[in-house]
Amino acid sequence: MRKSKSLSALTFLAIGLFLLGLSNFVDELRVYQGAQIAVYVIAISSIILLTGYSGQISLGHGALMAIGGYAAVLSYTYWHLPFLLAFTVGALAAALGGFILGMAAARLSGPYLAGTTLALAVGLPSLANQFHILGGEQGLSFDIGEAPKWISNKTGGDFTQYKWFFWVSVVCALATIWFIKNLLQSRFGRTWRAVRGNPSAAALSGINIGRSKVLAFTVSSTLAGLAGALLAMLLGLVAPMAFTLTLSFTLVTGAVLAGVTNLAGSIVGAVVLVGIPEFTDAVATHLGGSEKISANLPGLITSVLLILTVIFMPNGPKLHKRKKVTN
Amino acid sequence: MSALEVSNLSINHGAIVAVRKLSFTVEKGQLAAIIGSNGAGKTTLLRALSGLIPASEGTATWKGKSLLGQKPENLVRSGVAHVSEGKSVIPELNVKENLALGGIWRKDKKDVAIATEEVLELFPRLRERLQQSADTLSGGERQMLAIGRALIARPDLLLLDEPSLGLAPLIIEQIFEAVNQLRHRLGLTVLLVEQNAMSALKIADVGIIINVGTLVTSGQSKELLADANLRAAYLGY
Amino acid sequence: MLFIDTLLIGLSSGAIYALMALALVLVWRSTRVVNFAQAGQAILSTYLGYEVMNMTHNYWVSIPFAILGGAAIAAFVDGVIMRALVKRSHKGSVSEIAPVIATLGLLGLIRSLTGMIWGNAYLQYTSPLSGKGYMIGQHTIPFSPQNLIIVIGALLVMGVFAAIFKFTNLGLALRAASFQPEISRLAGIRVDRIRTIGWAFAGAAGAVAGALVTPTTYLSPNSLDLLLVSGFVAAVIGGLDSLIGAVLGGLLLGVGFAFILQYIGTSVTFSAAFIILILVLFMRPRGILGSKGGRRDA
Repeated sequence: MRKSKSLSALTFLAIGLFLLGLSNFVDELRVYQGAQIAVYVIAISSIILLTGYSGQISLGHGALMAIGGYAAVLSYTYWHLPFLLAFTVGALAAALGGFILGMAAARLSGPYLAGTTLALAVGLPSLANQFHILGGEQGLSFDIGEAPKWISNKTGGDFTQYKWFFWVSVVCALATIWFIKNLLQSRFGRTWRAVRGNPSAAALSGINIGRSKVLAFTVSSTLAGLAGALLAMLLGLVAPMAFTLTLSFTLVTGAVLAGVTNLAGSIVGAVVLVGIPEFTDAVATHLGGSEKISANLPGLITSVLLILTVIFMPNGPKLHKRKKVTN
Repeated sequence: MSALEVSNLSINHGAIVAVRKLSFTVEKGQLAAIIGSNGAGKTTLLRALSGLIPASEGTATWKGKSLLGQKPENLVRSGVAHVSEGKSVIPELNVKENLALGGIWRKDKKDVAIATEEVLELFPRLRERLQQSADTLSGGERQMLAIGRALIARPDLLLLDEPSLGLAPLIIEQIFEAVNQLRHRLGLTVLLVEQNAMSALKIADVGIIINVGTLVTSGQSKELLADANLRAAYLGY
Repeated sequence: MLFIDTLLIGLSSGAIYALMALALVLVWRSTRVVNFAQAGQAILSTYLGYEVMNMTHNYWVSIPFAILGGAAIAAFVDGVIMRALVKRSHKGSVSEIAPVIATLGLLGLIRSLTGMIWGNAYLQYTSPLSGKGYMIGQHTIPFSPQNLIIVIGALLVMGVFAAIFKFTNLGLALRAASFQPEISRLAGIRVDRIRTIGWAFAGAAGAVAGALVTPTTYLSPNSLDLLLVSGFVAAVIGGLDSLIGAVLGGLLLGVGFAFILQYIGTSVTFSAAFIILILVLFMRPRGILGSKGGRRDA
């Protein structure tokens, strides 16, 4: 057990170094997309943790990401925190939001929870228009600056800001997956699986179901908040337009594509989500389509993928390779 | 050829074989009682015969036509009515509406009215409660309502699943008496599934005893009632 | 005077919420799915009405087309997508949430499609009725002829539904099939078909909501999203299972909103909806008229 753990820590380190090294050999666009994928991996894993392991559904993770993003930007702008601390503030703010939501969620089942979180996703971004400090439709700009000298000097060459974004995102994503993996193997993970598998049996064996669900919601929200802060970094701003209902849907799509109980699948889901706009852009240009087409094609493909996945692959695309749900 | 022929029928219930290679026949106009303890596969058998669940092998025909692989809503239309376990009424509707459901698909509205009137004559207590919600009925009244609704479809084969479940002995007797009357008057063939072996065999022509999904024995109900070994082993008295 | 003004505004928006809630409840009762695609279906039928109006230059002619379109879209959604889903997804880790996810996917699909066809810009679907409030003496009340037609239209739909449910065999079959599908099948009701008809009714109700409310705002692929949320909140207030509850929930929510806007301010609209939803879920988990069975085992 101990051995395999340290081994997997090494694996993570190796993957990280490989990815970071890779960033020197691909062009700027790919680097940026790599960063996007990393951010999506975090957001999708947060949903996998919640839905796949704790059995709760959230259509409002876009809103939790918004909380994380806004909190990070506000604390960075007004308190002049270092950006990593600002990210932490974002994650904690989302955790608080998730805790409150989780208190409600623990008492709700499927449709009620789905509807409540949907209400959050639809409504929360509109708050930005009502409070001056949030910057309205234009939002607030966010610039974490260039990489510190001690990193950029070491790697040599020109260390662009995108590369810096990529580094930050990849490190966060790897840390997230490592964290979740360990969490799922801990007492908490076992509790969640027990509750999801058979709530009555779990309750009879002394598990506090409500508390377990709230905890899952809070952890999941923390990660969503982190993803939101990172997204703000990538976009260079926070604005209502960045956290629409579509974002929430996209995340659910990613999680469903990943197979909901498959953490590694989150990478597949993230790659697909980032790949779709690129693919559709190519298609749209090829078709010589208007702006109407190109603006809506990604949404169309995502939605169709979502519907087809739930109809034809209710366990996600990875089903055939796994015998049963592991960890 | 018998009217109802079940041959080599097996039905799976998840991973379990609930009914295994079961064969029996029932003649037209007969009342056959299927006797067995809890978990013997009786309910599963009826559910397969009325199309609610699929069978895994074997055949079941009614008047030469297969009962298997058909939708329950279509079987009702061809004269096979199933009164499912646990007083199959819709508690959210009132008595009148529950009865109306029985004839809702029938074109001959005049005959639906006649059939309804017959049911109300057979079970006068339903007439007193026409406007009441079915939720407020007693167990016996619900059973009457469920049987009554089935009759309005003018079936020629009636599948009855444990009509005595949870009822007081006196009520059970009334219900069974009504079923007995009905089949003589309407020429119904009845397949009655029961744990209450004594009451069921009293009104039945033939008895079919099953245990854990397989046939133990079948025969004239009088003979079954007289067989001391059977009584001790399966009939429980 | 202010009080009555506010009440009138509330009734008009409440009538729209009630229609949306009615649509959600109709589907929930028959399929046990909250149909988030309802907003999409309603928007699609409203675009249909918009096209008919562009051709005929007559708002009133366009409404029945929108209603028929809404019913047809809903029937298609149930008959094709939901049926495939029920058949295929009874196993698997996604199965419990598959229907909800499918309706979400559908909402996304319809939004993208409408965006492709009509663009994301705001269009005007106008009614010949004035949007200006009636004058009573010197006072202009914030209740226009269009508001009046909204209330009348909504009442009409509810009346027709009530009559169908109460007095027709179709209504009886709809009720029976939604309460006890298995017993209904044994009674000879073609439950699948009846369920699709229920969806069509829901689609029609949503279409009426879209066609009536859009002239007071604008038309875009996501212009009914907020209505979906309000409709859901209204349906939850009413207990999600009760048609009368949906109507009352809608009216209560509309009036409640109007008073909050009037006396507290616009900055809290969204928060108010959310807080009302949470409060209702905590305090009256079965809604004001909800039926038996808690929300946990729903």
